Amino acid sequence: MTQDMIVARNLTKRYEDFIAVDGINFTVKRGEAFGLLGPNGAGKSTTMRMIASTSQRTSGDLEILGKDPNKKGPEIRAHLGVVPQQDNLDGELKVWENLYIYGRYFGLARKFVKAKIEELLAFAQLEEKRNAKTEALSGGMKRRLTIARALVNEPEILMLDEPTTGLDPQARHVLWDRLFRLKEQGVTLVITTHYMDEAEQLCDRLIVMDKGKIMAEGSPADLIRDYSSREVLEVRFGSARNAEVAESIKAIGDRQEILPDRILVYSDNGEAALKQIHALGFEPLTSLVRRSSLEDVFLRLTGRTLVD
Amino acid sequence: MTSNTTMTWRGAKEIVNLRKATTWGAWFVAEYRLRNMSKWIGAIIAFGLGNPIMLLLSVGVGIGSLVDNGTSGNPIDGVGYLVFLAPALLASAAIQSAMDETTFPTLQGFVWDKSFFSMNSTQLRGRSIVSGIMIAAAIRCILTVFMFEAILMAFGAITWSSIPALTWSAIIVGLSFASVMLAATSFVKQDDGFFAIVGRFIIAPMFMFSGTYYPLEILPVPLQVVGWVSPLWHATDLGRHLSYGHPVEGWVLVVHYAYLVILYFVGHYVASRQFEKRLGA
Amino acid sequence: MSLINSGLDSAIAIAERRAGKFGAEFFTGRPQAMIERALMALRSSTWIIVASGFVEPVFYLMAFGLGLGKMIGNVAGIVDGSGNPVSYAAYIAPALLATSAMNGAIYDSTWNVFFKMHFGKLYQGILSTSMGTLDVALGEIGWALLRGLSYAIGFTGVITLIGGITGDHMIRSWWGVLAIFAAVLIAFGFASFGMAITSYLKSFQQMNWINFFLLPMFLFSGTFYPLSVYPEWVQSVIQALPLWQAIQLVRGLTLGNIDLALLGHALYFVVMIVGGLLFTTRRLRKLFLR
Repeated sequence: MTQDMIVARNLTKRYEDFIAVDGINFTVKRGEAFGLLGPNGAGKSTTMRMIASTSQRTSGDLEILGKDPNKKGPEIRAHLGVVPQQDNLDGELKVWENLYIYGRYFGLARKFVKAKIEELLAFAQLEEKRNAKTEALSGGMKRRLTIARALVNEPEILMLDEPTTGLDPQARHVLWDRLFRLKEQGVTLVITTHYMDEAEQLCDRLIVMDKGKIMAEGSPADLIRDYSSREVLEVRFGSARNAEVAESIKAIGDRQEILPDRILVYSDNGEAALKQIHALGFEPLTSLVRRSSLEDVFLRLTGRTLVD
Repeated sequence: MTSNTTMTWRGAKEIVNLRKATTWGAWFVAEYRLRNMSKWIGAIIAFGLGNPIMLLLSVGVGIGSLVDNGTSGNPIDGVGYLVFLAPALLASAAIQSAMDETTFPTLQGFVWDKSFFSMNSTQLRGRSIVSGIMIAAAIRCILTVFMFEAILMAFGAITWSSIPALTWSAIIVGLSFASVMLAATSFVKQDDGFFAIVGRFIIAPMFMFSGTYYPLEILPVPLQVVGWVSPLWHATDLGRHLSYGHPVEGWVLVVHYAYLVILYFVGHYVASRQFEKRLGA
Repeated sequence: MSLINSGLDSAIAIAERRAGKFGAEFFTGRPQAMIERALMALRSSTWIIVASGFVEPVFYLMAFGLGLGKMIGNVAGIVDGSGNPVSYAAYIAPALLATSAMNGAIYDSTWNVFFKMHFGKLYQGILSTSMGTLDVALGEIGWALLRGLSYAIGFTGVITLIGGITGDHMIRSWWGVLAIFAAVLIAFGFASFGMAITSYLKSFQQMNWINFFLLPMFLFSGTFYPLSVYPEWVQSVIQALPLWQAIQLVRGLTLGNIDLALLGHALYFVVMIVGGLLFTTRRLRKLFLR
């Protein structure tokens, strides 16, 4: 079997009047957790749909497990597990039935599916909900059910589009734990997210996308090292004074980003930078020193924040 | 990202006149509904005119020819089938149009977009919402009735002088059934086929067995009972009396009016209570 | 835990069964999965709604056949296969069978499909498995037909029973048994055509236009009275409409008026089926796999 699970060369998707994905190149290897990071509208979901073989590319090449999705959709989809951004569970069916019929869509034998469902319910911690209607489930449960459903065919590639958007912190951690276990089992994960912490938690390697293009590629640690400083100092002076103060302190740190409500000072030593500001006679309303994150990488690359 | 915009700001205490807002609440709700309705005005007019034309050309002319042929020499009430049919079709259309405003939109307000709850988070109360819905339904109903009557006139199915009385009876039945449906819908938790069942087991039989297409007395007595309960039959009988002098005894006329008016108030009252209960829960 | 990649490649093997064959990118030979789903959904749905599907034509038959029938008597100019006059109830019963086949198929293939397409996102989920678009289309239509078949059997049973009680037989010939299959053919035609149209529609307002066409078709297609009341050109227009074709087909069979024209009516529906399916498959591909 090939080691390259997904190969995209100059992959492009054009809708009538705009280009959603603009000539991107990447390769996903077996067993990897690969992330697509970017704000809404960056082209992540479109890329995902092309990989899922439910969207035809406009030009360029795309190979999934060595096959062309434009020609072999059903065959490729047999290898995939897809977790869409919005849960699309079958509202007319119960939890168990949802898993069962999904297995049947793949043509799996009834006996096999029934045995598999027990494993999946345990995995998703939904054993007690097997006869519940899907609308009675919480957001986190629905998400876990959608993931369990995507695993019914024992996919080689599991695709997750914004897997934790809209979930509360606890539900997110449960989900991350489950995804980690899948990765340990050797499932290749492809994940889109606009949450930096999620990308840092889950992804071995990621591409940062904006406006249909790839801005940077690497592991989370590499990206932070290459595009940001070790620490960041965030200071606030109130919306009226922000710009004025920024002008006076612009020499401090390696680099600064001035946002409407705060100033970010990039420096390997945040505390030292704060002392320098004090020394100039400025007293911020609030100040915070933190480690650099992918959010800062994105800000550096595009001049924009991710969640806006 | 935020931009530096400043708002003028005088504060709710200054700009909201609570008394005015409470007194006229129902009209604000009605305004909202009419605004929504105005997006469909093309369809409302097309349907309002198209519906009677189609019914008269098919049922009136087609079935009419069979009936006039079958009853030749002894027509019902001594009038042509078209004349006999007209008041019943008018009342049916009034019911349909008013009901359209009180069924699906009610489920929408409670379940789909929950707009009633956002109304209720202003000073509006359940009873104002109910009144507002009924005002809007009345306006839609009147519009439909006028269009229908225009077409009936053109076909010679009613006379000019009967229009005020017919308008009156059609609107009463439209609103009384619409208020009952409003009350019923306000209890529905989620669609689950409520409309499908009501449509098939209550509304469709009502339109068919209310003496609409032939005198109720033709049917076996058990089926006539459907007619007696049906507001449509009361309105149809009333309408025939008002339109071409179909003989109705005085006390029966009183029963017709009383039944429709009482039904309206019961519906309105139950709906108001349930609205306030559900919005306050 | 042996959850993943346990060495069982069945989903892949199954998906590759039709690999290389014609249409492998949109048909994998498993529409029955859709029917299995529908049966499952039926279990948890409200039975009364499902059962009520066949109540409507019975109401019509009672209201019009019983009530109007008393005033109309026999329909002038219409005779059955043995030359006997035809009562009003016997005249409209086949039309109601054809109409209810149409209504059921249209509902299943328009509102139902529209909802699943745009709100339930059901098809999106199904098409991210190895199912193909034609599997989905055929499965949905197949389900609509199964329902149509059961309603047709039910209605035919009811009119036979009523005919037996009142002595006014509405099915005048053994050909009438074929009316059940004619109803399924009619439903097939409307379902595949309806689905093709639905795939082009984007909003509920547009969906309302479907009713806008159905109502006049129902009223004018010779359902309740012979076309002869209309001028010739109107008659020609109506005769081109599918419901008129459907009613003629069923009425010919129940009254035992058998001639070659019936074949023509049946052919009309075969064309509708093929055309509808072609469009639907192409559109579904465009909508979901674009």
